[in-house]
Amino acid sequence: MGQKVQRVEDQRFLRGQGRYTDDVLVTASGAGVLHAAVLRSPHAHARILDIDVEAVLDAEGVHAVWTYEDLQGPMAEPLPLLIPHPALTHGRTQFALARDEVNYVGEAIAFVVAEDRYLAEDAVALIRVSYETLPAVVGVEAARRAEHLVHDDVPGNVAAHLDQRVGDAPAAIAAAAHRLELDLSIERSACMPMEGRATVARWDPDTDRLQLWTSTQTSTGVRAAVAVKMGLDLGQVDVITPDVGGGFGVKINHPWPEEVLVPMAARVLGQPVKFTEDRREHFISSAHERGQEQHIEVGFDDEGRVVGLDVRFWHDNGAYTPYGLIVPIITSTQLLGPYKPGSYRVRFDSVYTNTVIVTPYRGAGRPQGCFAMERTMDAIADYLGKDRTEVRAVNFIQPEEFPYDHQLVFQDGRPLVYDSGDYPASLEKLKRLVGWDEFPAFQQEMAAQGREVGIGLACYVEGTGVGPYEGAHVHIETSGKVKVAIGLTTQGQGHATVFAQLVADELGVRMEDVEVVSGDTRRMAYSVGTFASRAAVMSGSAVHLAARRAKEKALKVAADALEVDESDLQIVDGVVSVKGAPSSAIDLGTVSVLSNPLRYAFDEASQAATQFSVGDPGKPPVAEDDEPGLEGRDFYSPDRATFASGMHAAIVETDPRTAEITILKYAVVHDCGTIINPMIVEGQIHGGVAQGIGGALYEKMAYDESGQLLNASFMDFLMPYVTEIPDGIDVDHLETPSPLNPLGIKGAGEAGVIPTAAAIASAIEDAERHSRPSMSIAAMPISPSELYTLRQEHTA
Amino acid sequence: MKPAPFAYVRPGTLAEAVAALAADPGAKVLAGGQSLVPLLNMRLAAPTALVDINAIPGLDEITAEAGGVRIGALVRHAAVLASPLVRRVQPLLHLALDNVAHATIRNRGTTVGSLVHADAAGEMPVVLRLLGGSLDVVGPDGPRTIPVEELYVGPLESTVRHDEVAVSAFVPGLAAHAGVAFEELARRQGDYALAGVAAVVEGDVVRAGFLSVSDLPTVVDLSGVAAEDMADLALASLDPVGDIHASADYRAQLVRVMTPRVVATAREHARTRTQGGTR
Ligand SMILES: Cc1cc2nc3c(=O)[nH]c(=O)nc-3n(C[C@H](O)[C@H](O)[C@H](O)COP(=O)(O)OP(=O)(O)OC[C@H]3O[C@@H](n4cnc5c(N)ncnc54)[C@H](O)[C@@H]3O)c2cc1C
Repeated sequence: MGQKVQRVEDQRFLRGQGRYTDDVLVTASGAGVLHAAVLRSPHAHARILDIDVEAVLDAEGVHAVWTYEDLQGPMAEPLPLLIPHPALTHGRTQFALARDEVNYVGEAIAFVVAEDRYLAEDAVALIRVSYETLPAVVGVEAARRAEHLVHDDVPGNVAAHLDQRVGDAPAAIAAAAHRLELDLSIERSACMPMEGRATVARWDPDTDRLQLWTSTQTSTGVRAAVAVKMGLDLGQVDVITPDVGGGFGVKINHPWPEEVLVPMAARVLGQPVKFTEDRREHFISSAHERGQEQHIEVGFDDEGRVVGLDVRFWHDNGAYTPYGLIVPIITSTQLLGPYKPGSYRVRFDSVYTNTVIVTPYRGAGRPQGCFAMERTMDAIADYLGKDRTEVRAVNFIQPEEFPYDHQLVFQDGRPLVYDSGDYPASLEKLKRLVGWDEFPAFQQEMAAQGREVGIGLACYVEGTGVGPYEGAHVHIETSGKVKVAIGLTTQGQGHATVFAQLVADELGVRMEDVEVVSGDTRRMAYSVGTFASRAAVMSGSAVHLAARRAKEKALKVAADALEVDESDLQIVDGVVSVKGAPSSAIDLGTVSVLSNPLRYAFDEASQAATQFSVGDPGKPPVAEDDEPGLEGRDFYSPDRATFASGMHAAIVETDPRTAEITILKYAVVHDCGTIINPMIVEGQIHGGVAQGIGGALYEKMAYDESGQLLNASFMDFLMPYVTEIPDGIDVDHLETPSPLNPLGIKGAGEAGVIPTAAAIASAIEDAERHSRPSMSIAAMPISPSELYTLRQEHTA
Repeated sequence: MKPAPFAYVRPGTLAEAVAALAADPGAKVLAGGQSLVPLLNMRLAAPTALVDINAIPGLDEITAEAGGVRIGALVRHAAVLASPLVRRVQPLLHLALDNVAHATIRNRGTTVGSLVHADAAGEMPVVLRLLGGSLDVVGPDGPRTIPVEELYVGPLESTVRHDEVAVSAFVPGLAAHAGVAFEELARRQGDYALAGVAAVVEGDVVRAGFLSVSDLPTVVDLSGVAAEDMADLALASLDPVGDIHASADYRAQLVRVMTPRVVATAREHARTRTQGGTR
């Protein structure tokens, strides 16, 4: 714990030895696996009048084609609405293949399986569909105007309306010494993992079972969904998640149409079938996030203390709502960050548009909430002429106020109660790290050279490690090697490293003897998935508890064998020995042999074990309350989420003439409770900040009015390269352990991305302050061209 | 993202290549593939055949020639960028190439391919226009030389005929007392520019070339124009276009900012060359 241990995954990944879903069942000849391609809607909104697949049936190498008409039973029903909510009065999900209407460019219409992907795509091009195009609803404004409806039976395009309130915010604002209003907007972006979606399925007629490999963030979720759709018993379905080339949220939504179509086709055709999404498909048929419009009213006193906060926002959920209201609920609750708002009212509409669906993307609604709150803090500071850090400080929840109950309901349906944190200490660290107090002098110095520089900051609190549970299984083999299985999946975070660290620590074994397997339902059938920065908190705690159970058993068996008391034993480097008498020892492998009374000696380990006599000949070899084998299995299920926090500061330079925006310095203070591996936490922060910079300065989904995505490639969707990310991101840690789990861990996966846009907006505004005092940054991302336009509007 | 079916030939001689092109009106030359293959994969282009010229000998050389350098059709951007000869004879080519794409793309993409591809957002077409070079092609009727003034006729449209293979480009060298400069602004390093300016100053003659501003590579004579008037004069010949990355106004602003700056740098370059010999 706490060591900068090198990632055990990296050798494999960096040497190109990772095995991803697309690599599964690949033979030298390429034979044996069939390949799928999907016909996708070219229209954002249309009725399907007719689909003619005649030409496909005769096409070279084509094995089958499916349209909605060919789907049967549960397959013909809409895909599941995974997370229903009482406020989601008009939830809608798509069919695996569109029935009579398409609602976004990219929606699946037909599914072709052929000898290879080339032939499958050729065949897709032969399908003739007649459409009656309908007006497309694009953007929050159009959705709100509701001149046209996305779904005929959803009035006003409103999928859900949700209100939460604590106290009487409008009254408090009306009575406040000062009042401000802000209108903000945030563009769409998307996760864009290096590996898109991918699924391979093999139906085994000999055992009547399905094997499914899929690039997902929840193998247990896909397993349950596929079993239902295919009318199989859960016990007939194995889902295996091999290496995953990034998820960032998009792969938590499930099942994707292809995730059920591929196994269906594999069963019907009696041959393995593969679908590997290409980049264009990822842009137009996976998920996006972020798009919101916000209206904020705030009342505050002379010190900048907020007495009432009233937020109204509109969340663009795209064409369907398979993942419920998770994103806007998170925005509405996590918006509060480290602050006490006095009184708070939040109301949101989740609205339909004829665009790709919206499901969580790293940060999951928090960057938008953070943007709302932090822009508000900056506006208050500006209005009162106060330092931006002072205004924040007077609003902080204080360290002695934990646990702090916001009296709101969080995304997991549980009370929003912060468990621990120290926001004033974080702010002090951040100010020192970025040089907050020295900045004005630097700013003047630069101004004298005609250069515009600005500093900004943003604070956030992130609810991490939401339930319901995760589990772990720890098996000490007779070789002394330790095999660990967790249920949730891994997408490159370094789980195999940190969980091995936890096992090594708890069990007293060498890290290199521990191997961690994740996301394989054959090894751990009970699991929820990887989201909400929950792996370290949930699986980490479960791994720790399971290792402890294995250890308890090891000590019991060893105590028996060595004829000493358990409390006299220690385990170091895989050897159980009597404290103070190192010669009286037995290694864990031998303990493992002893724990499993076998009839046969088949290797050296079992022969070695015969020197110890274990057990009472008058009792059964395996006691009634015991099991053979040296294993530990346990689950961790917390009362509620644990709340990590942090603060970012950015120093930017804006070119007075070209409006180029350059980040000169970026500083992060981060508190994720007890740190298992600082190197991995820092890596997560760096990656998060990089994605945050993407969201602040580069990435948007450029939909035109007809709902065509104009930048559906990496040529035009500007994900920042390493050259666009500042060389050094300064990171400082604070550790306020969580009281909610045995190790005091809080999540760290999403943090880096949450406050980045807000911090950069704050810095840009500061850089422009001098020349254009009235100009505020109300929309993100912002490009040089947009900054230029904004300047033009403010120089009259 | 898989191309539609096409035939593929890899001739060993120019004559065979030309014959293959002539035989199939739907055929296209494949050089470095860095522009063509993405178009194929996105099914934005569906040629019936690709005539891969990479096996034709003798096209991969950079040679000194009276008054300039000649670059063969198979010389990669990376090789041109690394060539001391090019740097000495025509430094502008080097300056501009440094802004073309990323290292991996420059390792495959050819400079002549860039010229034929005729993208107004590309660096090479406007540089050749500014320097006044030419392209040598071979077709069924034999070789011909296309002066750059006659090369570009529309967006992504050159006068190289369907059945011609470009074999080399001639890039004039820089006169002893002349200077050059190049600047562009791109959203990300290596991206196509939002706007770019190249300039040559030789005595009183000042000329600037603009990429990514209008839909054709455009050259404007700025001789005798005061620095503060240059941009307006240039903009009179340009027709800035807006897209999802930059508004037309913003492109015009970039022209205003960069033009005098690039000309001043070119002038300074000329001055140092005049004083300190060739640099
Ligand atoms: C991500 C990315 C970024 C890029 N950024 C830039 C950039 O910033 N600036 C820039 O200028 N370019 C950029 N490019 C394009 C790159 O420079 C290409 O290499 C170049 O445009 C074409 O050269 P090529 O050899 O790859 O041609 P190909 O792709 O093989 O061919 C391009 C076209 O020219 C024709 N052609 C090629 N050679 C001949 C010939 N000898 N005779 C007749 N016809 C021929 C082909 O038929 C085809 O129509 C980028 C490319 C990518 C993928």
